[in-house]
Amino acid sequence: MIILDPKGPVGAVQKDLIMLSIYYMLGIMVVVLSFFTVILLKYRSSKKDSDYKPEMHGSTKLEIIWTLIPVLIVIALSIPNTKALYELKEAPKATAHKDPIVIHATAADWKWIFSYPEEGIETVNYVNVPEDHPILFKVTAADSMASFWVPQLGGQIYGMPGMVNDLYLQADETGTYDGRNSNFTGEGMTHQKFDFVALEEEKYREWVKDAQENEPKLTEETYEKLMLPDTVDKMTFSSTHLSIVDHGKNSEYAMAIREKYGVEASSHDADKDAESSHGKHGDMEDHDNNEDD
Amino acid sequence: MFDFIKDNLILNDPLIIGANISIVFTVIGIVATLTYFKKWKWLWNDWITSVDHKKIGIMYIIAALIMLFRGGVDALLMRAQLTVPNNEFLSSQHYNEIFTTHGTIMILFMAMPFLLGLMNVVVPLQIGARDVAFPFLNNLSFWSFMFGAILFNMSFVFGGSPDAGWTNYAPLAIEGSPGPGINYYLLGLQISGIGTLLTGINFVVTIIKMRAPGMTLLRMPMFTWTTLITAFIIVFAFPILTVTLALMTFDRLFGTHFFTLTAGGNPMLWSNLFWLWGHPEVYIVILPAFGIFSEIIATFARKTLFGYKSMIISLVAISGLSFVVWVHHFFTMGGSAAVNSVFSISTMAIAIPTGIKIFNWLGTLYKGRIEFTVAMMWSVAFIPTFLIGGVTGVMLGMAAADFQYHNNYFLVAHFHYTLIAGVVFACFAGFVYWYPKMFGHKMNERIGKWAFWFFSIGFNVCFLPQFVLGFSGMPRRVYTYGPEDGWTALNVISSVGAFGMGVGFMIIVYNVYYSYRFAKRELSGDAWDGRTLEWATSSAIPPHYNFAHVPEVKSADAFYYMKQERKESGKPEKVEYKPIHMPSNAGTPFIMSGLFFVGGFGLVFELWWMAILALIGIFGCMAYRSLFSHKQDAGYYVSVEEIEKTENPYKREA
Repeated sequence: MIILDPKGPVGAVQKDLIMLSIYYMLGIMVVVLSFFTVILLKYRSSKKDSDYKPEMHGSTKLEIIWTLIPVLIVIALSIPNTKALYELKEAPKATAHKDPIVIHATAADWKWIFSYPEEGIETVNYVNVPEDHPILFKVTAADSMASFWVPQLGGQIYGMPGMVNDLYLQADETGTYDGRNSNFTGEGMTHQKFDFVALEEEKYREWVKDAQENEPKLTEETYEKLMLPDTVDKMTFSSTHLSIVDHGKNSEYAMAIREKYGVEASSHDADKDAESSHGKHGDMEDHDNNEDD
Repeated sequence: MFDFIKDNLILNDPLIIGANISIVFTVIGIVATLTYFKKWKWLWNDWITSVDHKKIGIMYIIAALIMLFRGGVDALLMRAQLTVPNNEFLSSQHYNEIFTTHGTIMILFMAMPFLLGLMNVVVPLQIGARDVAFPFLNNLSFWSFMFGAILFNMSFVFGGSPDAGWTNYAPLAIEGSPGPGINYYLLGLQISGIGTLLTGINFVVTIIKMRAPGMTLLRMPMFTWTTLITAFIIVFAFPILTVTLALMTFDRLFGTHFFTLTAGGNPMLWSNLFWLWGHPEVYIVILPAFGIFSEIIATFARKTLFGYKSMIISLVAISGLSFVVWVHHFFTMGGSAAVNSVFSISTMAIAIPTGIKIFNWLGTLYKGRIEFTVAMMWSVAFIPTFLIGGVTGVMLGMAAADFQYHNNYFLVAHFHYTLIAGVVFACFAGFVYWYPKMFGHKMNERIGKWAFWFFSIGFNVCFLPQFVLGFSGMPRRVYTYGPEDGWTALNVISSVGAFGMGVGFMIIVYNVYYSYRFAKRELSGDAWDGRTLEWATSSAIPPHYNFAHVPEVKSADAFYYMKQERKESGKPEKVEYKPIHMPSNAGTPFIMSGLFFVGGFGLVFELWWMAILALIGIFGCMAYRSLFSHKQDAGYYVSVEEIEKTENPYKREA
């Protein structure tokens, strides 16, 4: 139950809220189910001696009580919920002294593209970050509406074409966390996953430097091929797509590219030209499952 | 023409070929049977053109049961696929089509018609009316629903099913889904939506205008109340669906840009409009369910309903709130903290009137004499199971926490706990409870209990593990997962439960057959010692005019007090019969709905000539109806002789 075992401050806020609501709800269930059980046992028709009041119409006193108690419960839950909503809009407090690293997360059928504007790095289907450091994700999408979710670090936010949503996340421990798109985007949605890798500060800096020096630049042609609906392997580039297109403003780009390449979204009898024409299928473990008979 | 059929008939999937073959055999079987027993005329005169609300109700329920079978098979296929990791039983595309049709069918072609069917059978009887306000319209409602459902259902064998989820989100449903599938969704829902809207109007008018003398609003049975409120929600919510579907149809067929990615379309608008209808829709199916439970619990606790007025107030409160919570379906869309807070509060606020109702049901059971008939077992089991659905709903309503639950199995488990424990339990309960009213005999109680235990235990085994799967991060709508995800064990358990539910359903179907053969026929109209007017009819299956003499209502639980009065005063006084005016049958609705089907099919495949011809035909039907309505609406009189014959079985010959 990874949601109840969060590894970052955002997930922790949500877990606390979830646990609070679970306690309340268990309380309610115990009360209602006790009444339920006692009443069913006591007033079975086979127990002839029980008192039977067929004309009992109601009780104003009781009805007011069981209206007011739920009202109080709703108020009691609304306050921490509203507090949490405002808190989640800000960077985590514990690391407020650090400047958040800004990373653009873009969903395109069926992959995740991460751009580091400061560092000038772009990755596909994985994102490396330093531990204990707030990250500000600018989430958008090139085509279908997707949802950016790393369950063990915190809740999700939609990536939508033509719009940008902010989401703070932070990992308190190093490690690789499963991230994915949780919103249905068609055939490849199940495999639209990424690795969220939290590294030690030092190792992260090494990786940034290494990527900047050794990885190829992202050409427009390569980026165009990422716009075609398909699952792809992990990739790394030493420049970002932000100079090519801003998906947060331009919702038409991916459609225009598909038109250019003559590719339609997959359907029953869509041939597999699109798939074979681009992107090397690497060693992604789940690649085989993506083939449609 | 041949090429068109060849291109669209789906022959590359063994499961679908199997379905094709069974459909062909079923159709041949039905046609042959009808012809052999010379039943075509009977079918046309007694059923297809009938405006009798009881028969229309029965047809709705039969359609709903067939759709429950179809949706259930979809569900079992999904569970089969998810039982083990990396399963290759279904491809991604096929799985996507199946969960799309499962959701759409279960909500719109199963839950809705089942409840509309029960309303049709019961509500006019409960208010002491002889039919609904607009019998012709009622027939049209049924047939447009039916033809919409047929159009939607044929997609999987011809052209391909919709594959963008029952929520059909843009832009996936426009740019991301070529082919006729989504067109089937849009047109099938549009055509059946006409029927639903008409039914809403019909029941508002029926309940307001057609009540028996003395039945004030505050003497109406609770099921009639829930029907009235539901009808109002339908009248306000369904036009939103109509417009929204039409806009996307324009996008897909005529190149407009309401919800597209390109040319300034706004895909998020679809989500908002869909849920503006979609959330009230949830209450359209749950409120009648509450009404059914209220009737059954009061009957078998042998007590009057506890807190009648607070029940009504909470009903009205729920119906109002149902229109102001739609944003909770996408808290994750990036709304401000203020917006999400407001919608969190309105969502959680629904728990208050719902809580009142739960306690009132407990109050009804308190100091009663509870008889555990099958209908009562479904109703009693509803309370704890729906409670789980309710409390998890509150948890989901907290937006900050919803960021974690959204789109995962916690959500899936939650809405199945409300829709199955709420709506499906109610449908089964109402089906069993009013079965003698429809068919003149009860369903076998022993077999019914077997079905109950299989289904209700299977249900909990199926969906309780899914809450945990949600906490483990399993998203909905994925067609497979890996062993490293650690979701296998819970998925296996869940599939076992789903199988149990399937067995439960099959037992219910068997029980229909068994009871038809062997059940004792009811001699009076009052099978369960009921409290409301539907049990006051002179025979088990009410005569087509319902009441020879319209009853006079002096209190809530009208029939209960009538029976007490009768006990005190001895025999009921003799009544003079008068001729009864009844509406005549109507064939136009069937033809008109058939034309809707043809036109819808034309639009699905962009065969404009077909769509235009059908449209002309539809207008022709309307013109015919308008020009000759004085003849069609003339109706006929049931003579006193015939009434006497029907009412007094001893004088009846043979």
